[in-house]
Amino acid sequence: MRGVQKSYLIDYLDKKSPYGLDIDVRKFIPSEPVKLDEDRLKEVGIDPNYAGPGLYYQVDSSVMRKGSSISGLKVMSYDEMNNPEMGWRLISPDQDKYTAAAALYGRGGYVIIADEGVKVERPIQACLFMSAPGSLQAPHNIVIAKDNSEVSVFTGCTVMKEVVGLHVGITEFYVGKNARVNFVMIHNWNPDAHVRPRTAAVVEEGGQFVSYYINIGPVSSLQTFPKVRLIGKGAKAHMSSIIIGKEGSKIDVGSEVSLEAPETRAEIISRNIAMDKSEIIARARVIARAEGSGHTECMGLMLSDEANIVTVPELESSFKGAELTHEAAVGKLKEEEIYYLTSKGIERKEAISMLVRGFMRINIELPSVLKKQIEFATAMAAEGL
Amino acid sequence: MLEIRDLTVEASGRTVLNGVNLTIKDGEKVLLLGPNGSGKSSLMQTIMGNPSYKVTSGSIIFNGIDITGMSPEERARMGIGIIFQIPPKIKGVKLLDLIQKVAGMKGIDIAEIRRKAEELRISHLLERDINVGFSGGEMKKAELLLMLSQRPKLALIDEIDSGVDVESMEHVGSSLNEVLLPDISAILVTHTGYISRYVDANIAYVMLNGKIVCSGDPNSILDNIRRRGFEGCVECKRAIL
Repeated sequence: MRGVQKSYLIDYLDKKSPYGLDIDVRKFIPSEPVKLDEDRLKEVGIDPNYAGPGLYYQVDSSVMRKGSSISGLKVMSYDEMNNPEMGWRLISPDQDKYTAAAALYGRGGYVIIADEGVKVERPIQACLFMSAPGSLQAPHNIVIAKDNSEVSVFTGCTVMKEVVGLHVGITEFYVGKNARVNFVMIHNWNPDAHVRPRTAAVVEEGGQFVSYYINIGPVSSLQTFPKVRLIGKGAKAHMSSIIIGKEGSKIDVGSEVSLEAPETRAEIISRNIAMDKSEIIARARVIARAEGSGHTECMGLMLSDEANIVTVPELESSFKGAELTHEAAVGKLKEEEIYYLTSKGIERKEAISMLVRGFMRINIELPSVLKKQIEFATAMAAEGL
Repeated sequence: MLEIRDLTVEASGRTVLNGVNLTIKDGEKVLLLGPNGSGKSSLMQTIMGNPSYKVTSGSIIFNGIDITGMSPEERARMGIGIIFQIPPKIKGVKLLDLIQKVAGMKGIDIAEIRRKAEELRISHLLERDINVGFSGGEMKKAELLLMLSQRPKLALIDEIDSGVDVESMEHVGSSLNEVLLPDISAILVTHTGYISRYVDANIAYVMLNGKIVCSGDPNSILDNIRRRGFEGCVECKRAIL
């Protein structure tokens, strides 16, 4: 247990989340054995031979590997941290049934702490893998970038094929003064998995939080709505997500950023590709409580007549100096563009794949290793469309 | 090389080509003249296989093979290449990515293409999204660079002389001559005739209302059009009839 009353939270195992398909979390609670499928890991860009500044591997509830090779950078497991005060400061365990289940039955998760002034460009690689059928995987991750530090985290989350499971990753980010966190997360689940990550971040003066989330494979249901608070002057958040809806996936994904100090800046950008019978709800919410600026951009690409995309942009301002803008479009691939590429000798299938990859491209500044991971994931996702 | 027989084509429910007959020999460079809307670009797009142009009758024979029903990529692989009058902007796809794919298929060295890009003064565009934010002249040069990566046997060149400033036209003209080697056949669409200063065409055809109405020596036809406009060609057509 992690600093919360167990008897109190048991009741919250039935508290619904306002968004997403409702799942009975009680079905997923017991879990046992441990298997690691390296091919599945490679699909989310996890390289078992990667020699980075730090790594963390968790299968179901067991921590397989962890550590840091850099002084001033700690990578440990949540359970060994031995400090219940550290968790649940940004996310409340009674937020909904998923947070309650995570608080009650969650195991592991990484804690990454970059000390003041420590800058690490190469990413820490974290892998969260679900192998046991009917299991709940609820790691609790904490990333702390102290003042003037910079840290990059690459997380790949995947599951054994044909394993029904519920993943509720709790992740809390603390970005100190003039610090920067680059966070790239790639998800590749299976048509039977339910996924409910709960994420929150606070960013202090001059700090930057850059998050890039990609879902590439089919999933039964996926709902997440990370919340970022920019609490110091000049703090910035960039939230990108690339969502590919395959088969019957029910997806509800968005980000919220609140501007709570002057000169703060939020960008929420999403690319949503709906295939097969998938349903995607793409949310973006910027709340201005101070003189900051924010922009949201939701783009949807329909690749099927049986799929569905809903974009839900919200701009809320309670400060007269704030500037918030929003852009959204849902459309299809343009036949004119496909023809153009084929007229240069490109096969039609390859032309479509090039255009889809192009649609997914979001230009943001990131360390080159992370950019490569993103390229890899989007190329994988565009294959076989 | 190319034989077009009695070609009638519809686009957006309108007849855009109305019984076109045209034969192009190996290595022949043809000027295709005509006012706006006369069917020049439609003919080029139909030869390339643009699915928006529906052939309702007639046929296109390329090197003895009927290509009328073939896909654009099959035609490209057989050796037909096109420079678009107005190419689309393609977000997220870098010009260099497309060039690498196109040149790769033909085994053309990418270093050579980079040198050509330098000659055309468009090296800075290679890492940019195709045609996004390009000027009119830059688009034509990018198209030309793609054609240099493709090395077609039949080059369809649509209005490469419009929207290009005089200085750029010098670079375009000399690169164009690298594409148009003696054994390469080409159709050069122009409504100004400007391109004829850079390319030695063997013959000129004039299109009006979806038909080819006259043909002859490029210089004398251009001269005639400059003096009398395309109306002169109508009279010429009457003379033929």
